[in-house]
Amino acid sequence: MAVIVLDRAPSIALGKHTVRRGRRVADTAATWVICGVFGLALIPLVSLLWTAVSRGLSRLDADFFGNSMRGVVGAGGGALHAILGTGLITGATIVLSVPLGIAAAIYLVEYGRGPFARAVTFLVDVMTGIPSIVAGLFAYTVFSMVFGPGVRSGVAGALALSLLMIPVVVRSSEEMLRLVPDDLREAAYALGTPKYRTIGKIVLPTAISGIVSGSMLGVARIVGETAPLLLVAGYSDAMNYNLFSERMTTLPVYIYQQWKFKGADVASYDDRAWTAALVLIAFVLVINLASRLVAKWFAPKTR
Amino acid sequence: MPKAIEIASLNAYYGSFHAVADVSLTIAPRSITAFIGPSGCGKSTLLRTLNRMHEVIPGARVTGSVLVEGQDVYGSGVDPVLVRQRVGMVFQRPNPFPTMSIKDNVLAGVRLQRRRLSKGEANSVVERSLRSAGLWTEVRDRLDKPGASLSGGQQQRLCIARAIAIEPEVLLMDEPCSALDPISTLAIEELMAGLKATYTVVIVTHNMAQAARISDKTAFFTIDGARKPGRLVEYGPTAAMFSEPNQQATADYIAGRFG
Repeated sequence: MAVIVLDRAPSIALGKHTVRRGRRVADTAATWVICGVFGLALIPLVSLLWTAVSRGLSRLDADFFGNSMRGVVGAGGGALHAILGTGLITGATIVLSVPLGIAAAIYLVEYGRGPFARAVTFLVDVMTGIPSIVAGLFAYTVFSMVFGPGVRSGVAGALALSLLMIPVVVRSSEEMLRLVPDDLREAAYALGTPKYRTIGKIVLPTAISGIVSGSMLGVARIVGETAPLLLVAGYSDAMNYNLFSERMTTLPVYIYQQWKFKGADVASYDDRAWTAALVLIAFVLVINLASRLVAKWFAPKTR
Repeated sequence: MPKAIEIASLNAYYGSFHAVADVSLTIAPRSITAFIGPSGCGKSTLLRTLNRMHEVIPGARVTGSVLVEGQDVYGSGVDPVLVRQRVGMVFQRPNPFPTMSIKDNVLAGVRLQRRRLSKGEANSVVERSLRSAGLWTEVRDRLDKPGASLSGGQQQRLCIARAIAIEPEVLLMDEPCSALDPISTLAIEELMAGLKATYTVVIVTHNMAQAARISDKTAFFTIDGARKPGRLVEYGPTAAMFSEPNQQATADYIAGRFG
């Protein structure tokens, strides 16, 4: 045995040596290529962040968060009304789309069989691809038919955004519900549990962390929408606390307006636009981080 | 002979596939009955018809009758949810609820049925069930830890505790040890010998030594080929089945000549 081992050992080492060199070269090359491509992809992102931060910092002051644009024509003013509008419209969108989206996902995963379920899945797919301006036009049409032409309100904006958010919520919730093992449903049934309680007490709590973080990513998706809101929520310089009447501004629309309709004092309009952009980016970042935390909190514990 | 379960000309289907053909047998109360046979012979399917878990799978259906303590579980107007409260089940793979603590897992059945328990009652149900499942001494000081923190064998005993916490009349076990190591298997076998005093136990197993060790009666099933339905070959006292079976097929299977 010892002879055989001695006899074979050098040839194995030799083979290893040659294989190793080729593999090492390929490995190094691949590592550099991948890192290089990653670096390339980072350039626009870093550049965008840098621009937003460097140009947005100058107006990141108490005035910006304490004032609306009412009566402001030059320097000063702020985006409090737009921040309020973003909060209200986003909140209303969540109220409209999250329950509906989760309910649709529960239907598709737990009850849906046959042609109707397939139709729902197909329509959700179609909704995912709706251009946001079309969602805006739809909401505009619905509200014009009910309240007369040209009506603008925050809730109309929320309706338009819901059309964009519902498919995201349905899709992510559906994925999460499908990840719940059938073993758990069977365990609950075998304990003499009706189906609706199995879903409410076992399936949803098991999937809730994924559903919540998926929904929050849906929020991140719609919080930057501009086009549909320009159509149906309009633009206002002043505070509007009422979702159901009058125009309401959100941060993206605010940025657009500051950029597009500059007064004589061009620089202060530009500064406000960049600061609003920075605040919006920060908002999306916070939502993303929060969704990770929420996923962690709700995730089933194993220790 | 008193009868806990009477199965009469039972057929089970998955869509157009006939899985179990014309099985009739009677199971005595407070005994352990083992279903053995090669894979695909319909023994798990038959087990799942006893608490109407078979029909949970889309397209699955059953003909014939199953009487539990004299009441037909397939009678018209019988709610499968209530049947499952009387006929509990333990599955092949341990499946404690991942969102719940050990204690909540034991109480899951009670709570899912919306029965109200005082704190004292709940604690006594937890202790009694965990003691019956032979798990109490191992987990008594960490009842609030997640069920998933236990080992596989402990998780399976937790599932047994969960099943007996709702005090069923019959306990069905679908290969409860096939995912466990020999020591955990031994623990569960010892436990089953104790459970026999209170419950009627029906167990599906691939392990013939296990069937011989623990069961009072054994039913041997087989299939005549792929896509053919499983059928009952022989049913009788375990000792007789393993020493002098009536049928050649049983003798071949037990001797390891096929399957």
